[in-house]
Amino acid sequence: MPFSRRDILTMGCSAAAAPFLTPVTLAAAPWDQRLVVIILRGAMDGLDVVRPLGDPHFAAARRSLNNGVQGHDLDGFFALHPDLGGLMPLWRAGQLGFVQAVSTPYRDKRSHFDGQDLLEAGTGFEGGTSTIRDGWLNRMLQTLPGITAETAYAVGSGGMLLTSGAAPVASWAPDADLDLSPQARDLMKQVARGDPLFSGAVEGAIGIVESLEAEAGAAGGQRGQKPHVAIARFAAGRLRAESRIATFSINGWDTHNRQAAGMRQPLQALSDSLLTLRDELGPVWDRTAVVAMTEFGRTLRENGTGGTDHGTGGAMVLAGGAIRGGRVYGDWPGLDELDLYKGRDLMPTADVRAYAAMAMRGLFGLPRDVLERVVFPGVELAGVPEIIL
Amino acid sequence: MPFDPRISAIRFGYGLAPSAAPPASAGAMLARLTGPDRMAQAMPIARFGDMLPRVAEFRALNRQRKAMGRDSPAQEAIKALRREMRGDRQNALVTNLYRAARAEDALRERLVRFWADHFTALGKNPILRALEFGYVEEAIRPNITGTFAGLLKAAVTHPMMLHYLDQARAVGPNAPEAKGTRGLNENLAREVLELHTLGVGAPYGQNDVRELAELFTGMTVNSEQVFNFYPRLAEPGAEEVLGQRYGGANPRLADIHDALDDLARHPATARHIASKLAVHFVADDPDAGLVDHIAAAYTQTGGDLMACYGALLDHPAAWAAEAQKARQPFDFVAASLRALDAPMPEGDKAPLRLFSRPMAEMGQPIEGPIGPDGWPEEAQYWITPQGMAARIQWAARAPSALMPDLPDPRAFAEAALGGMVPDDLRFAAAGAESRPVGVALVLASPAFQRR
Repeated sequence: MPFSRRDILTMGCSAAAAPFLTPVTLAAAPWDQRLVVIILRGAMDGLDVVRPLGDPHFAAARRSLNNGVQGHDLDGFFALHPDLGGLMPLWRAGQLGFVQAVSTPYRDKRSHFDGQDLLEAGTGFEGGTSTIRDGWLNRMLQTLPGITAETAYAVGSGGMLLTSGAAPVASWAPDADLDLSPQARDLMKQVARGDPLFSGAVEGAIGIVESLEAEAGAAGGQRGQKPHVAIARFAAGRLRAESRIATFSINGWDTHNRQAAGMRQPLQALSDSLLTLRDELGPVWDRTAVVAMTEFGRTLRENGTGGTDHGTGGAMVLAGGAIRGGRVYGDWPGLDELDLYKGRDLMPTADVRAYAAMAMRGLFGLPRDVLERVVFPGVELAGVPEIIL
Repeated sequence: MPFDPRISAIRFGYGLAPSAAPPASAGAMLARLTGPDRMAQAMPIARFGDMLPRVAEFRALNRQRKAMGRDSPAQEAIKALRREMRGDRQNALVTNLYRAARAEDALRERLVRFWADHFTALGKNPILRALEFGYVEEAIRPNITGTFAGLLKAAVTHPMMLHYLDQARAVGPNAPEAKGTRGLNENLAREVLELHTLGVGAPYGQNDVRELAELFTGMTVNSEQVFNFYPRLAEPGAEEVLGQRYGGANPRLADIHDALDDLARHPATARHIASKLAVHFVADDPDAGLVDHIAAAYTQTGGDLMACYGALLDHPAAWAAEAQKARQPFDFVAASLRALDAPMPEGDKAPLRLFSRPMAEMGQPIEGPIGPDGWPEEAQYWITPQGMAARIQWAARAPSALMPDLPDPRAFAEAALGGMVPDDLRFAAAGAESRPVGVALVLASPAFQRR
């Protein structure tokens, strides 16, 4: 293994652990576009979400999963999963797109946990050569001038490798709160100051609570809504204000068993999250690109229990008013036995990182060599389509 | 051996307690482990097997409802039973917290948590969710002082694990009763190799996963949630895992046990388990010598867990003065209860309000971790602004909800930290505007949250 999650977190976090050591400044970021990165944890079955009904080998491989329901036609070849009908207006408006047959460079061992670490680190998979210890979103921030603690937000409980690193990144969960008097808050900061990790977290918590209080409850504290909706609302609230980048996770894609039922909840969460972002962002949605990516795809053929096992090539979801949507990107490799990766998985024909890079290039104007060398070392952008308007 | 009673309580237990003396020696800690499980007797939690009559009752009510429709009186009974099962789950969490808070033998409680996490198995429907704590009580808790192979077999073949990692419905594609409708599922086989035994860096491949998945077929769970090895659903013929062949024409459970025994004996497993113990107890990035020392004890004894714990406790790196780990939310809450000598709360809503909801906000909900790899170990995962806000919030509210008289914060700091109170904390504890705030500052301080 080139690295472990622990290596990355311990070596990359010293600065990120203390993002609020300097007071929060409210200077606007150097651009106006917004990027939302959603990590789909558990390996989303891209073949079920964006169904290649036009491929002659698809139907036979997915007998029980398709079960007579075709889904929503996208382009005559691909159809969207039946449960995602709520997103079809976005598709028709050109605000929803997909990339098929993409993957990270991770191969063969098909571990969720390594797969997700590699997806978030954004590095290659050459054993022993990786010296990178932070997440790609953080490395992107490191290359930009004028970054503040509010520029990028990781939303939800728990840390994310994707945003770990030297650049400041805020993190918060929408239901978090802190009712301590100002005097007690000062004492708490003092108690924590000898320990950089704790000090960063305490300063961060108090800084965020105070800025939310100043907004008079415009965000946060909304009980009773579904957790993923609360997260999307909170992210949208930050993006309407000073933040330009937000990231969160949607879990539950590991459908080894009875996938037809198992997909309902995560698909609902994905659909709700995208629609909540659109509704809550208002006019800002037009300047927003959402990229949703997963650690790998799943086997072409159903397994013995109505599900699918860990595979290789998968799908990426694109949304937002800033994307060139209404189309399925990617080179379709075909599903004939000989076209599959190791005879079982969709063959990846493009690097999922290249599309994430093109989103950042289109949104933020990042130079190609920075993307290819720093943000995603080793990725090739030649020939990758422009996905941002 | 650089044994230190203060460190032993904090790093290998749930911290110092006003009511219990810290361990006197590593030998005494190990001796307690081999003695009777006093907390399980004093504060019982139903085992998986004990809960099966309830499962049968639930199924019978469901059948009645199906037969009679929605107006059936069974509908109300089902609702009541579900409510009761949810309540039992909350109560089991509270019982686990107070076992940890009150145990003399706190290392046992820590080890149960450690192994329950290593062998994470979660329910995917209401009935199975209600049985999660019973799985730990039955498959994990009684097996933490034997061999790793024994623990592995108990966990991997348990109905809870077979359901969680989808083995229960898998069948051999060429089994006599396969009927062509169901077949293999790789989930359990992959996680046994990757998470439970060898570790992901070990030299195994997709073919080993596949063959082990074939070998695992035949392990089923009947509708009463009882394990049953059913050879007519098993893939016939031998399977080759890591170059070793298992089974033959007549599938036997013993072949699966043989494969698990061999995986437990593998040098990669020794290193994987040694490293996990060192990471969990001592440091996110542990001393290599400590890992080697535990791995050597594992190998020399064929995976005797007491020998591994002994090796952990007799290595100097385990007693480093610096507390390098951050307590996970369960540990933080349990250690707080222990330091406060807090009474158990009363009222049906208390478990949710005082424990499971705040712990979810800290990042550790009762629903369990996201996947079978369990909870992350890294301090950076837990000590985020939102996680820290939740800890401070709990520390400010829960103690006064649990006990009418909070201790003097200055004395509390001294007692909870065994006299090692940093100056900043001593100053803050004395300067707090009220007792609850002073106690909260002690509990939320890095000095208390590190171990």
